[in-house]
Amino acid sequence: MNRVPRKPARLVLEDGTVLTGRSIGASRDSIGELVFNTSITGYQEILTDPSYRGQTVLLTQPHIGNYGVNGEDEESSRLWLSGLIVREACERASSFRSGGELSAYLIQHDVPGIERVDTRQITRRVRSGGSMRVLITEDVTSPDAELVARVRNAPSVSDEDHVLAVSTKTAFDWVKGHESPFAASSPGAARAPSRRPRIVAYDFGAKRNILRSLVASGFEVAVVPAATPAAAVLERKPDGVFLSNGPGDPAILHYAVAAARELVRKVPVFGICLGHQILGQVFGATTFKMKFGHHGGNQPVMDLTTEKVEITAQNHSFAVDPAQLPDAVEVTHVNLNDKTVEGIRHKDLPVFSVQYHPEAAPGPHDSLYLFDRFRALIGELA
Amino acid sequence: MPRRDDIESILIIGSGPIVIGQACEFDYSGTQACKALREDGYRVILVNSNPATIMTDPETADRTYIEPITPDVVARIIEKERPDALLPTLGGQTALNCAMQLADLGVLEKFGVEMIGASREAIQKAEGRLEFRDAMVRCGLETCRSRLAYDMDEARAAVQEIGLPCVIRPGYTLGGTGGGIAYNMEEFETISRDGLQQSLNHELLIEESIVGWKEFELEVMRDRKDNVVVICSIENFDAMGVHTGDSITVAPAQTLTDREYQLMRDAAKAVMREIGVATGGSNVQFAINPRDGRMIVIEMNPRVSRSSALASKATGFPIAKMAAKLAVGYSLDEILNDITKVTPASFEPTIDYCVVKFPRWAFEKFPTADSTLTTQMKSVGEVMAIGRTFKEAMQKALRGLETGRSGFGERPGVPHVPATSVDAEEVRAHLATPRPDRIDWIRTALHIGMSVEEVFDFTAIDPWFLDQLAHLVEHEAVIVERAKRGLAGFDQEFLRETKALGYSDRQIGKAVGKSEWDVRAHRKALGVLPNYKLVDTCAAEFESYTPYYYSTYEAGEDEFAPVLDPATGKRREHVMVLGGGPNRIGQGIEFDYCCVHAAFALSELGYATVMVNSNPETVSTDFDTSDALFFEPLTHEDVMNVVDRVQPRGLIPQFGGQTPLNLARGLEDHGAPMLGTSVTSIEAAEDREVFAKVCTELGINQPPNGMASNFAEASAIADRVGYPVLVRPSFVLGGRAMEIVYEPKSLERWMQKHAPQVAEDRPILVDKFIEGAIEIDVDAIADGSTFMIGGIMEHIEEAGIHSGDSSCSIPPYTLSDGLVNEVADATRRLAQRLGVVGLMNVQYAVQGARVCILEANPRASRTVPFVSKAIGFPLAKLAARAMLGEKLHDLGFTREIMPEHFNVKVPVFPFNKFRGVDTVLGPEMKSTGEVMGIDRNFGAAFAKGLLGAGIDLPRDGTVFISVRDEDKRYVIQHASRLAHLGYRLLATSGTARALANNGIPVERVFKVHEGRPHVLDLIKNREVKLIINTPSGRLERTDDRQIRSSAVQFKVPCITTLAAAAATIQALEWIHKQPLGVKALQDYHPPKAR
Repeated sequence: MNRVPRKPARLVLEDGTVLTGRSIGASRDSIGELVFNTSITGYQEILTDPSYRGQTVLLTQPHIGNYGVNGEDEESSRLWLSGLIVREACERASSFRSGGELSAYLIQHDVPGIERVDTRQITRRVRSGGSMRVLITEDVTSPDAELVARVRNAPSVSDEDHVLAVSTKTAFDWVKGHESPFAASSPGAARAPSRRPRIVAYDFGAKRNILRSLVASGFEVAVVPAATPAAAVLERKPDGVFLSNGPGDPAILHYAVAAARELVRKVPVFGICLGHQILGQVFGATTFKMKFGHHGGNQPVMDLTTEKVEITAQNHSFAVDPAQLPDAVEVTHVNLNDKTVEGIRHKDLPVFSVQYHPEAAPGPHDSLYLFDRFRALIGELA
Repeated sequence: MPRRDDIESILIIGSGPIVIGQACEFDYSGTQACKALREDGYRVILVNSNPATIMTDPETADRTYIEPITPDVVARIIEKERPDALLPTLGGQTALNCAMQLADLGVLEKFGVEMIGASREAIQKAEGRLEFRDAMVRCGLETCRSRLAYDMDEARAAVQEIGLPCVIRPGYTLGGTGGGIAYNMEEFETISRDGLQQSLNHELLIEESIVGWKEFELEVMRDRKDNVVVICSIENFDAMGVHTGDSITVAPAQTLTDREYQLMRDAAKAVMREIGVATGGSNVQFAINPRDGRMIVIEMNPRVSRSSALASKATGFPIAKMAAKLAVGYSLDEILNDITKVTPASFEPTIDYCVVKFPRWAFEKFPTADSTLTTQMKSVGEVMAIGRTFKEAMQKALRGLETGRSGFGERPGVPHVPATSVDAEEVRAHLATPRPDRIDWIRTALHIGMSVEEVFDFTAIDPWFLDQLAHLVEHEAVIVERAKRGLAGFDQEFLRETKALGYSDRQIGKAVGKSEWDVRAHRKALGVLPNYKLVDTCAAEFESYTPYYYSTYEAGEDEFAPVLDPATGKRREHVMVLGGGPNRIGQGIEFDYCCVHAAFALSELGYATVMVNSNPETVSTDFDTSDALFFEPLTHEDVMNVVDRVQPRGLIPQFGGQTPLNLARGLEDHGAPMLGTSVTSIEAAEDREVFAKVCTELGINQPPNGMASNFAEASAIADRVGYPVLVRPSFVLGGRAMEIVYEPKSLERWMQKHAPQVAEDRPILVDKFIEGAIEIDVDAIADGSTFMIGGIMEHIEEAGIHSGDSSCSIPPYTLSDGLVNEVADATRRLAQRLGVVGLMNVQYAVQGARVCILEANPRASRTVPFVSKAIGFPLAKLAARAMLGEKLHDLGFTREIMPEHFNVKVPVFPFNKFRGVDTVLGPEMKSTGEVMGIDRNFGAAFAKGLLGAGIDLPRDGTVFISVRDEDKRYVIQHASRLAHLGYRLLATSGTARALANNGIPVERVFKVHEGRPHVLDLIKNREVKLIINTPSGRLERTDDRQIRSSAVQFKVPCITTLAAAAATIQALEWIHKQPLGVKALQDYHPPKAR
């Protein structure tokens, strides 16, 4: 078999580390904020997750691309991340579901990537030094120092409003449930809905599987752009509002926090990830940037109401500081690894949120019950 | 909620002797469980018949019963110890079956013993085929279409419905014993009949064939709060149709999309809940149709298993320890992850490397056995390798197997590039039928230009794996090209790339025509060194505190840190212990036991112990056993790399069996500091000429012998010493290729067969064989100045049968004191002469009053754990301390011990896995494991040994006797004793006449050719309860062979030597007198104040 030759490439870390590997994606330079994800499966869902905008993702599983790419596993219409770092990118995918090779997919979506670097070493750097900026380049001639300087002088990725970049520009109705034969069965799906409650879902960078899960749980879903004012949402007379995941620093999303502040007093609200961080701010908490965040599919979260542990899919670099949460808001879920807040609930208002991803994709299905909980919350009020 | 306080004492049942399908993994899991439960303050009572285990060390449990694992005996232990609970899920199928029988007999209820971990109902649901299928239907999962059958008629009806090919699975067996795939009715009849025999409940499942589907396994844990986590996913390289134990397996699963994987995870959780395993670990096996992803649940084991041991080693997550903790009430979130120390155990490990497990078979021991791999497990061991990529891990596994190859591309006697003239049809045939060498045929196929698609068509191995191998084949072509310029062709960049693909120095050496040491020097000069990375359960997300390392040659970071003294913060002195690698016949758990003891002993002395081993089933590769663990193949290259990195004070090569000894010379010559008996002394014992001189000098008799490197030399020696002679290659363990030959023709045949192994530096040894002698095994221990006897074992079978296959007794049960003293004295003098520091094993043959030395091995022997338990002193521990300069007297070993009770060792054989293989014993070792029987009386001890080995001792019924002419005189008194005990005697004409002439009531039965019903009919009709059949030494009689093979098939005990018959009759006499008692090891040897 003739293998496609791959060009040499370099990976330049803000801390001065320069590693040489091979280019596996688009032939252009890219700088992103380095995060590592420890999921063993689900690279395509990660690649297409809008929450990664501005970030260069390192996957700790050494073999990536093994089962190719397919249309069904896309979490949005394109790739959003800045770059991809892997130990070894597959050259020949094997899966009856596969419709193409990883490398071609990266090139098609203009995303640079690098392989054959010590991904574990880089992960350990991030673990001890915190997240940092990183450059992927096919430039193998410039001196290291020059490349390092380029990374250090690049604008900080966290100042930018990535949400507006990834959000839909116009409102639309999402009608698809889990059509794939390879989808989890939703806990609420079996129950015959007397009426499908209408909800409005804010798209801050929503993953498709959230929207699918909402539909599968019996909702009618209208998706609106991130900057939609509360009034415009309320005009639709929704039975509930959903706040999605999304990229970037939640503290700069004043428009979203303002809208949510108005909505929580009027309709039931459920937030996931960025949506959770927005609700935290609505109730008076601040958010902070974590050292390197949670990105993976094995994070243990305890539901404090049941004391059961769920294994969750996570992808966040910011977290809600519980110190300033008022008494009216209770922490419902905590991360057992580092005790950070993973979920909150308002005691008086029908509002709750989780920091992690109950829709999985990729990740375990342990937390699908939360969609049902949202459905039940609206049902009680209806 | 923390631990349960309503239970105080817990009974754990071990898995008994090592057999195919149940090896050291259950020592690993049982030992972990005992430790975990005692940490929590429970009183642990243990029963296991296998002395070669760490779990049966008197320190591991509070009460240790080395007794047969039969419901009767365990019931007596329960009656005596009154445990509150029974934990049945850690001792494999043996423990599970025994626990179920105890429950069925009402023993548990009678004594108020609660089954914890898995309930009787859960076990029934998981193990009963029909119950399992119904349970799967209830949770909406698919299983194979199948029908149950309890006799041959039902089986035939079932196959009408299911169609051929079909899979036949007997209920309640281990390692798939008796199962198989039938492609035609003839095979169907054979396999079904066999399966019905093997199944504990005479149940067969006839199942639709899903041969060729992808196979996966998930290791799952559940706690009392219903938290369920998946510890590890494992993907089989070999497709459905090959037993998982015989499959190459890979962790994590490589070819599943997240959607598919999560559905499998959901299914595993559902299975766990539906079956109702309340707490602990289970594994669930799945098949996936590669064409459309259809998923089928194959089976689940409601207990820890070989796979969970593998998963523990592959991830760093100690499943058995956790299972024990969960069984007593903890939930996963209440237990900390041992490796990160800050995060809880309620998570799913993620790994940033690739793990490959490769089975090790022993068909060379059973040349007539069918080596086709099917649903019945046939491998005797396995090697695990960790690399950053599949390719690296695969090559490490292949060289760790120790079958002479040093990677995917190189085997002795096989050119680096296989000939392109290979017949493609032959290749396809080999691809289509899985046998141990299929991996070589895959390489050949790719090499001669077959596409990955075509190889897939014939093997059903996922194209992803095949493409990885294709990559290696392509790279080999570049290596060969570069090699034309010698080592100069291997510049730093290319060498680094090659090494990162897993190629060993030896493979490169072979390509360039240099030694592995030359390549090593070149590589080091270029700075191409391995990096050591940690196995940490979390892909580096959290800091790890457990020094569990693997090597990789990818360029990057090295994480090795020397072990520091916690008090002073200074580097501790490191001592390396070399393990034994994969289990095989002749080298297994006994040597791992010694390695573990060395680690424990040296740790106590304040050294940082560093274990190097590649066997995932063992206690030695538990990260808790040593201060640092290197999971590495045992080769010169891999061990020297660790030496370079660790800079140890010394290495201990004499505990891991022949594997590390074979490395010792090379390691020492290249600067590794060796501890204990010098390499020169070890070689002196192996070198016949030097050894003969030593014996003459010491006045110790040797059978006339010589060393030969070709047939003419061997023949001359045989003529000189006289036939029969014992021939064997040097430097082997387990009597590999050892044979007694009675005439020149056989000698010639032997020489031809083993010609490839014979070389100038590896000559063959020719000894006069002493017929009818008693064999004695002696284990000695020495510190360089004091030389003492550890134990003297008298074999029950006469000399000529490999010591590993022979039953034996401590103390000797027929020898005079004078003889025993003579042997002890000779051993001490030999140890002194060889300068032994550590252990030495010597074998003698006694004929009348004449003692001859057969061989001496200055290293730990297979009998060390048995002897240690018999005398109540941990010999391996003492030896390890002696190697670091301590004196035996200071260690409390001040006098040699002759135990007052009898300790009998009985071997266990794998004949039931190899249909039609003759069971007659000889100098080539064939047993996979052993049990120990202890009692004040020899007969009782031997009875326990037999029971422990799974030999059913009949209290009444028919005994069939057929002996060779030489034995007829002696069998008379045996027969008379049997008749006296009330047994009905049957014999073939010659033997019958001899007995009748001596007034013993006997009925004559036809030999096979004499008419019907003949003896085989009686065996098959289960009319015979015991067989005494001694084979003629020279000529094989087909009658005998058929008798013995039917005996195996129908599970009738078959004794093939008169000596064993005599001992067995003593055992029968004892059980007629009184029931067997039980006594804990701690009562035989009260703990000494140390």
